[in-house]
Amino acid sequence: MEVPILKQGLFLIATIQAALSDADLVQLRSALVHQVVRCRSLGVIVDVTAMDVLDSFASRTLLEISHMIRLRGADTVIVGIQPEVAFAMVQLGLTLEDIPTALDLEEGLAYLQQKFPSAH
Amino acid sequence: MQKAKSATTELGVPTSYAADLERSERTSELLRELVAHLRQNRTLLREEWVARISEARLLTAMTQEEIFNEATSVYDSYVAALETGTFEALQAYARNLSERIIPRGVETHEVVGIVLLLRDVLARSLFAKYQTDFKKLNQILDAYEPAANRIANTVAVGFVQERERVIRQQQEAIRELSTPVLQVRERLLILPIIGVIDPQRARQLTEQLLRGIRTNRAKVVVIDITGVAAMDATVANHLVQTVEASRLLGATVIVTGLSPEIAQTLVTIGVDLGKMNTVGDLQGGIEQAERLLGYKVVPVT
Repeated sequence: MEVPILKQGLFLIATIQAALSDADLVQLRSALVHQVVRCRSLGVIVDVTAMDVLDSFASRTLLEISHMIRLRGADTVIVGIQPEVAFAMVQLGLTLEDIPTALDLEEGLAYLQQKFPSAH
Repeated sequence: MQKAKSATTELGVPTSYAADLERSERTSELLRELVAHLRQNRTLLREEWVARISEARLLTAMTQEEIFNEATSVYDSYVAALETGTFEALQAYARNLSERIIPRGVETHEVVGIVLLLRDVLARSLFAKYQTDFKKLNQILDAYEPAANRIANTVAVGFVQERERVIRQQQEAIRELSTPVLQVRERLLILPIIGVIDPQRARQLTEQLLRGIRTNRAKVVVIDITGVAAMDATVANHLVQTVEASRLLGATVIVTGLSPEIAQTLVTIGVDLGKMNTVGDLQGGIEQAERLLGYKVVPVT
């Protein structure tokens, strides 16, 4: 299942709608890394509200997305991690160390807008 | 029982069974004689027992009269258990007795002590009665000892079980004393933790906190552990995990009021202090949280 990527001002929003296979995640990664420069975006929000499980592959892919997008000159925020998912991830040692996280889409947008005040 | 016996006989081992049967019949006959003796001397032996209890300074939490009444009941149940060979009634009585005396601070050693004293008193009376006939005395003791030991065992186990039940009940009660997640300002939560944290309570705390972050849309959480004297490595690790999980939900956690012992535990287990935001006391924690949220408290002039 392909993940829709929406352009919202100077930011990109990728909302994951359902559980993703590993291939879908890889596809999402390459789509975001391509589009971020094409759309001249300053920030990317990945919304994982709908994901009931974030396994090690998914966590690593999110980490890779964040690092690749940083190399492409933009920031990434992960939003909408569920409480149960968050604790399960931490117990597996998947803490997404250097990626900013936010409660939901609204918070993620607020974070980016604060970081790039000239963007609006 | 009958069937099993005949089957075994067919298998060709009748001798030991016949001997067993004979022995058990002899034992029950001896027990009957024993019970008759104990019934006859009930008053005397009971008084002797109570005297020994006071002498040993057991059951000091109870009055003489209470001890005498309980002693009478225990004595009768004891004799009944010897007579019938069934322990259910005695077990029920032991449980009932434990229920009544545990709240009064009667200790395990006292309960075991009085049952053993009764055993000794009765054994002495048997020595006195059969001192002229050693063979008979031996037989009587052979019958008496296993039964008496089982009785002592039953009462002690009943008492300990009752104690454990009370302890479990209290643990449950403590667990149910929920730890509140309080909102003190828009987007600022406080989680005051008081008392001992075991792994189970730690789990519950984490769940409540993560849910609280969601429902209150919190950005900053102050976890105050001033009321926690010490925690083991498991719980300390759990605390660190809670901090990390909260960050995944987009909230910053400030831990306040770490005792010296907890600080030592955290350093010993090698916590990455870059992840932990700690402040000395709750006031400092709230002040820092307000700074993070952009609040500024100014006195009204």
